[in-house]
Amino acid sequence: MTTPQQETVALGVAAPAARQAMRLQTRHWVLAGAIAVALVLPFVFQGFVVFQLTEVLIYGLAILGLNLMTGFNGQFSVGHGAFFGVGAYVTAIMMQRWNVPYYWTLPPAGIVCFVVGILFGLPALRLRGLYLALVTFAAAVALPQLLKFHGLEGWTGGVQGIVVNQPDVPAFLPIIDADQWLYLFTLAITLLMFWGASNLTGSRTGRAIMAIRDHEIAAAAMGINAPLYKTLTFGVSALYTGVAGALSALAVQFVAPDSFSLFVSINFLVGLILGGMGSLPGCLFGGLFVLYVPNIAESLSRGLAGVAYGVIMLLVIFVMPSGAAGFARYVGGLLARHREVELPAHRATPNAVARPAQRVEHQRAESAEND
Amino acid sequence: MKHLTRRRILAAAPAVLAFGGPLLSARPARAAKKYGPGVTDTTIKIGNTCFYSGPASSYGTIGRAMAAYYKMVNEQGGVNGRKIEFISYDDAYSPPKTVEMTRKMVEEDHVLLDAGPLGTPTNSAIWHYMNQNKVPQLFVSTGASKWDDPKGHPWTIGWQPNYHGEGIIYANYILKQKPDAKIGVLYQDDDFGKDYLRGITDRVGTKGPAKVALAASYETTDATVDSQIIAIKAAGCDAFVNTAIPKFAAQAIKKAAQIEWKPIHVLSSIGQSVAVTLKPAGLENSVGIVTDFYLKDPTDPQWKDDAGYKWWVAFMGKYYPNGDKTDVNNVYGPSNAATVVQVLKQCGDELTRENVMRQAANLHNFQVPMLLPGITINTTPTDFAPVKQVRMARFSGQRWELFGPLLTGEIG
Repeated sequence: MTTPQQETVALGVAAPAARQAMRLQTRHWVLAGAIAVALVLPFVFQGFVVFQLTEVLIYGLAILGLNLMTGFNGQFSVGHGAFFGVGAYVTAIMMQRWNVPYYWTLPPAGIVCFVVGILFGLPALRLRGLYLALVTFAAAVALPQLLKFHGLEGWTGGVQGIVVNQPDVPAFLPIIDADQWLYLFTLAITLLMFWGASNLTGSRTGRAIMAIRDHEIAAAAMGINAPLYKTLTFGVSALYTGVAGALSALAVQFVAPDSFSLFVSINFLVGLILGGMGSLPGCLFGGLFVLYVPNIAESLSRGLAGVAYGVIMLLVIFVMPSGAAGFARYVGGLLARHREVELPAHRATPNAVARPAQRVEHQRAESAEND
Repeated sequence: MKHLTRRRILAAAPAVLAFGGPLLSARPARAAKKYGPGVTDTTIKIGNTCFYSGPASSYGTIGRAMAAYYKMVNEQGGVNGRKIEFISYDDAYSPPKTVEMTRKMVEEDHVLLDAGPLGTPTNSAIWHYMNQNKVPQLFVSTGASKWDDPKGHPWTIGWQPNYHGEGIIYANYILKQKPDAKIGVLYQDDDFGKDYLRGITDRVGTKGPAKVALAASYETTDATVDSQIIAIKAAGCDAFVNTAIPKFAAQAIKKAAQIEWKPIHVLSSIGQSVAVTLKPAGLENSVGIVTDFYLKDPTDPQWKDDAGYKWWVAFMGKYYPNGDKTDVNNVYGPSNAATVVQVLKQCGDELTRENVMRQAANLHNFQVPMLLPGITINTTPTDFAPVKQVRMARFSGQRWELFGPLLTGEIG
C-alpha cells in the first residue's frame, strides 16, 4: 500500500500534495469497500463456499509471508510449505494433545515458526539466490518425513496425522454457524497481519529490507546491517506463513504429513508470482488463483487438467507480466491519465512531462540489466 | 466435451431440485418411497474423490474404472429404474483438497453418499466431517485398518482386506509351518509397512516359542535393501515376511538367493506382481514364495476361461477401452463400484442416508465377478470390513498357484 510513495521517492519526482491526498483517500475507500464486501460474503454463500473463501484468506496470508522474504527482501524460498506445516502442527498438537483453546495456539505457532525461521535464516546468510532456494527446498522435502519419524509420533500422530476439533462459535454470536465464525476469525487475523505487514514495509525497517533486495552492497555501505535484517525477515516471513498454517489446521480440521508436500511450497510460489512480487493485496489474488484455478482447470477437462492449468497460468502471465498487482497499477495509471486530460492544463503538464521521463528511465534500467 | 455436458447437467440439477422439491412434497406420499439428498424418481447422485493429478495419479484409473462401471449399470437400466450420476473430483492426494471437494459434493451437489473415495490420509481428513454430518463414506479405497469402527464412526465403512489383517494371515501361515519360527520382517517405514508389522507382531505375541527376531525398515529413497537382508539372515531368521514395494521386494528376493538363504518366504500383496517383482528378481529365485490374493490378477493366465474374467475383459473393452488391462487397479475400481450398486439395490425405494448405512452393514454372501472364487462380501452392524477373505498362493516358477482354504485375518 505504500508502493506509490516509494516510487516517487525513488524517482525523485515530487507529486503535488493534493494529488497524493486524493490518491490516499481513494485507497482508503477501496480498502473500506473491500473489507465491507469481505464481511458480507459469508452471509451470501453457503457452507462450503465460505470454507473455500477461508482457505483463500489463509493462502493469501501464507503467500504474504513468502512475499515479505522473496518480494520485499529478495531472498528466494521454495520451502515455505514447511513453515506452513510447522504452524499447522503446533496448533493441532496444542489443541488435541494439551487441550489449549484454539485462539491461544496462534501466537505459539507464529513464535515457533519465527524461531525456526531465524535458525534457518542464519546459515542462509551465506547463501544467495538459487543456492538459498535449494536449501529451503530441502526443508520442504524433509518436513513430511520428519513428521512421520518414530520419535515424534507421540506428538505428531505419525502418518495417521491428527484430527483437529472445529472451533466452537462463541456464545455471544449464536446466529452464525461454525464455518462463518471461522471465516470471520480468519478474516480478523488476516487483516491484522496485513496491517502489520503494511506498517513494516512502510517503515524505516521496511526500506532497509527493500534496499537489501535492490543492492545489498550499496545498502550495507549506507549502514544497513544486512545480516541482521535478512535473518529477521526470514523469521518474520516464517511467522506469517506459520500463522497461516495454524489457521489452515483449524479450517481443514486435520493435519497429516501428506498435507504438506512439496506442492504446497510450489503453490505459494505460483501465487506469489501471479499475485505480484512486493505487493500486499496481490497476495490475496495469489490465494484466489491457487485455490480456484485447479478446480477450473479440472472442470474444463478431466484428462487434460494439468494442461488447462498450465495454459491458464501462461495466459495470466502473458496478460499480467508483473502479476495482478502490476496489472492493477497499470489500469490505475491508465485511469489516472484519462482523468488528467480533463484536469486544467497547468496541473497536467508537469505530470505529462514526468511520465515519459519515468518510462525512459525504466527502459534504461531494463536494458542495463539485459547487458 | 462429455465431461462438460455432464457437469452442466449436474450444475443445473440443484436448481431443478430446489424448484421441484416443494412440488414433490405436495404430492400424496406413496408408500415406502423415502428419498435422501441427491435422489429423485429417475436419478441417484453419488460422489467420489480420486487422484487424477499429483504424486499418486497412477491410481486415478480406479476412479475412471468406477465411472465406467456406473455407465454400464446405467445403460442396463440403472438401479431399480434410477440412473446413477457419478461425480468424481480430483483431490491430487492432498488432504485439504479432499476436504474442499468433499464439502462441495455434499453441500453443493447434494450427493446421497461418497462412493469409494481413494487414499488413507485423504479419507482420514474427511472422516470426522462425514460422521458429523451423517453422510455415508462407503467402501473407502484404502488398506488401513481403522475404517472398521462401526461404534466410533458409524458412517464410514472400509472395503478391502486391511494390511493389519494380512499381517496376521502371514504370521498364521508361518506358525502353522514352524511353531517356533524366528521371523524376519522387511517393511517400509510408512503407514502400510507399520500396519503389516503390527499385524505380524500382534499374532506372534511375546510369549513364544515363535518370535519376530528382526524387523528391518527401509525408506523409499534407499538404493538397496541388501544390508537389511544380510542382517535378517544374520539374526538367524528361518521365516521372512517381505512387505516391500516391488522394487525392493525384488532386490530382497535376489539378495536372499545370492547369499543362499532359504527361509519360509512370504511376499505381501503389495509386491506380488509377477511382471514387476518376480521377473526382475529372477523367476527361478522366486519358486516357493507364498503370498495372498483376494482379486483375480488380470495378468494370470489361469483365469483366461473364467466367467468373471471374461465379463471383466468385455466390460473393459466396451466401457473403458483406454484402460490398461494388466493393471489390477482396473479390477479394483469396478469391484468396489459393484458393491455400492448392490447397496443401492438393497435400498429399494428408501434411498435415505440412514438406509444406505443400514444396507451397507447388511451385505450377505455378495459375489463380485473379479473376487477370487469363494470370496464373498459380508457385513453386519458390528462388522464394517466387507472383504475379509484371502487365499494363499505359491509361486511355481511360472505363475501363482492358489492353495489352501479361504483365510481371514483373525488371531487364533
